[in-house]
Amino acid sequence: MSSSTAARSKAGAASRSTAGVVTWLDERLGIGALTKKQLRKVFPDHWSFMLGEIALWSFVILLLTGTFLSFWFKPSMAEVEYMGSYANLRGLHMSEAYASTLDLSFDVRGGLLMRQMHHWSANLFLASMTIHMLRVFFTGAFRKPRELNWMIGLALLMLGIIEGFAGYSLPDDLLSGTGLRIAQGLMLSIPVVGSYISFFVFGGEFPGDDFIPRLYTVHVLLVPGILLALITAHMLLLVYHKHTQFPGPGRTNNNVVGFPLMPVYMAKAGGFFFIVFGVTALMGGLLQINPIWMYGPYNPAEVTAGSQPDWYMGWLEGGLRIMPNWETNLWGYTLSWNVLIPGVLLLGVLFALLAFYPFIERWITGDDREHHLLERPRNAPTRTAFGVAGMTAYALLWIAGGNDILAYEFGLSLNAITYFMRVAIFVVPVLAFIITRRWCLSLQRHDREVVLHGYETGVIVRSPDGSYAEIHRPINPVRAYELTMHEQHTPVEAPAASDANGVPAPAQGKERLRSRLSHFWYADDVSKPTKEELEAAAHHATNGSHALEDGHGPASGNGAHLGIETSGIVGGQDFGLEQKPKAP
Amino acid sequence: MSDDGQHDTPGTGSNGAGDNSLLPIGPQEPLDNPGVPEHQPRPTDVDPALERRAERQVAAMFVVGAVMALAFCVAYFLFDPHPETGETALGVGASNLALGVTLGLSLLLIGLGAIQWARKLMADHEMIEYRHSAASTVEDRQEAIAAFQAGSEESGLGRRKLIRNSLLASMAMLGLPAVVLLRDLGPLPGVKLEQTVWRRGMRVVSDVSGRAIRPSEVPIGQLINAEPAVFFEHAEEFEGNELLNEKAKAAVIVVRMPPEEYTPYPARRDWDVEGILCYSKICPHVGCPISLYEQQTHHVLCPCHQSTFDLANNGVVLFGPASRNLPQLPLGVDGEGYLIAMSGFQEPVGASFWERG
Repeated sequence: MSSSTAARSKAGAASRSTAGVVTWLDERLGIGALTKKQLRKVFPDHWSFMLGEIALWSFVILLLTGTFLSFWFKPSMAEVEYMGSYANLRGLHMSEAYASTLDLSFDVRGGLLMRQMHHWSANLFLASMTIHMLRVFFTGAFRKPRELNWMIGLALLMLGIIEGFAGYSLPDDLLSGTGLRIAQGLMLSIPVVGSYISFFVFGGEFPGDDFIPRLYTVHVLLVPGILLALITAHMLLLVYHKHTQFPGPGRTNNNVVGFPLMPVYMAKAGGFFFIVFGVTALMGGLLQINPIWMYGPYNPAEVTAGSQPDWYMGWLEGGLRIMPNWETNLWGYTLSWNVLIPGVLLLGVLFALLAFYPFIERWITGDDREHHLLERPRNAPTRTAFGVAGMTAYALLWIAGGNDILAYEFGLSLNAITYFMRVAIFVVPVLAFIITRRWCLSLQRHDREVVLHGYETGVIVRSPDGSYAEIHRPINPVRAYELTMHEQHTPVEAPAASDANGVPAPAQGKERLRSRLSHFWYADDVSKPTKEELEAAAHHATNGSHALEDGHGPASGNGAHLGIETSGIVGGQDFGLEQKPKAP
Repeated sequence: MSDDGQHDTPGTGSNGAGDNSLLPIGPQEPLDNPGVPEHQPRPTDVDPALERRAERQVAAMFVVGAVMALAFCVAYFLFDPHPETGETALGVGASNLALGVTLGLSLLLIGLGAIQWARKLMADHEMIEYRHSAASTVEDRQEAIAAFQAGSEESGLGRRKLIRNSLLASMAMLGLPAVVLLRDLGPLPGVKLEQTVWRRGMRVVSDVSGRAIRPSEVPIGQLINAEPAVFFEHAEEFEGNELLNEKAKAAVIVVRMPPEEYTPYPARRDWDVEGILCYSKICPHVGCPISLYEQQTHHVLCPCHQSTFDLANNGVVLFGPASRNLPQLPLGVDGEGYLIAMSGFQEPVGASFWERG
């Protein structure tokens, strides 16, 4: 008794001190109104919502480890003679940037760990951003009102790629120097101003003295500053729009069902920061990455066979490798299509397509409503098919970026791989599109079947007249609801070509195009069961199985209905399977 | 638990902006919304023993995390990261391994503890929050437009076209200083991309030792990485990045093949010395150094993007993304019997650029 009184008075004291702190802060910052609203803000739960979080926390780790590295790294191309700890390179002439990276790796305790963590978390940052983007794409989370946040996310991804490339170019080792040489070749291919851009960027000829310090400013100040600002905007919009959620019982377009920020998500998201940080530290300790001392200092006359960029540059590298050697000479000027198209235009085209995709889809579907419920990829077959086609093209380019490694490891002809890829990059994405679309439609059909006729139990019954049938059991009502609550899309119809007086309607061509595209988009969708069909199916299952109970209406299903698809079966046996109420 | 009061209203296809509530998407659902499922208590909610166990688990993770943080400090002072004198463990540097593992476990355990705490012990009642349209109310929006119009009206921006246009002109002009200011980022290219240090009579020397090369020292089937002698004879002029800049254009490869296997263009008949040929080492695709030589076929391959050139046939492109042949340097022999260039390169080396022609 007395102990509980003590606990209560302790709790009272704690709440009084909380009130004191809040009052003090509120009187100065006015945080009361904001905190009241946001502290218990609800976030829905799904494993895939964690992907963006990995990117966020990786960025924080990058800031922390990067700051540590900057205390020792010298962004200078001044030539020094290396006299440090690593015997194999002692006496060699190299840039201060490379020498200081060696010192960081061998003389600063924890320096190698921080370098490796920085590099691993950069890879994780880009990987998680990419997968997060795919999740947002395939679930339709980019739809109104989130189009601008989608574009901010794309800007983050693009800046992340640039930032990563800048980062691994800074140590001025042989591998990164080769990457920079290629980047300079890409700059030179830009029509009219290419050589000027190269000379301005490098402060003269390649490699020059100026580039590493300039790149350093870009890498530690300019790009991270923009990234930080955009991440802030991304998060603020996330809070304002409230997170999307997957459809389910009680989850509608009007609400968000989940757990409160405090305490659940503070613990989960905060804990997840430590998990990402911890895993990155373990990777830094256990998995070697970018051992620059094995590459040697940069020398423009040397290269290592099998040089590969970091993974997120691989697809651009692949484009460079499989591009035919087209070059045009016009009136004494050169256009290097072989470099310009894969090296400069490809990146622009991909990001432009991604950036405009929400608006393209919105125009075709004519859908101007707000969407907060995510779509299952199968319920948007055309979008899903476009996404898979894009992923396929990306993967092919990525594979093409390692054509020499593939040829070497698998004993294949390098030339054959390259010729194959030149064709495959156009053919395989189209096949992927067709297959994915059909696959999605089949899954829709399957959903419909399951809702109407129940799931397959694997139990075969033989009827007295000798025919066999598999017993289908009804799925539970929650599942049935989940499978039927998605939107049934309908194509946009073009308005009548002319009015009553035979005057052609304006913008007819555009409307017709839109209608045709919209039909392509939606017309094959499998219609989900209607109330009537569900009732008929329930009735049919009841009669077909001669169930004891008389289940008529959809809401009355409480008995042991056996959803047997083939009619004329005399069944009704209960095989001891779990009895679940029929989906109403 | 069901909170779908507004749910079953059929959608009309409008976003309902302004009325501050979202209309549901899509037609009437065929099934009634069963509502958020009933909360199921977790074992730790009903069994005090399990609850205490979970509490101990969480605390244990935090405590071991703290121990690991201490272990990190011990490892920091215990192990030397020096590549030769430092300790090793499992074949790798002990310092990095120990620091990474202790730091990783320390962080990981704090994270796992926090999540275990959230999953097992914190309240797990699902909450429902209602959404509002992203748009403001119609009144708010109209007031905003009105405020903007009032401000715009009072500024006279729309009426005073002279002021507006001159302001726009001066703002646009500000772009010029911003661009001009960057002019000194670098010199203009001039002819630098088209010229290398190679001159008539300059010796072709080995790239490592700087030793001049006699034709008799070049065996058939050998590829020698070579450079202009000036890099070594005037080393004081070619220091640091000055050297790298010139090397990035002037690096060459020297190969020897039986003269009958070599089919030069008519103009290049005397560019070899007893079957010894000299080509630029810089790939005309994007400038990687070409280095993989196939003795039997006299093909040379760029390891970056696999452009392949035929050295026996004037360096023509056989395969890959490069569109230009490998530039060839005409060779001769000087009075002392060493290989020399008979001229500079007769075309720009390296990646193509607009002015190249």
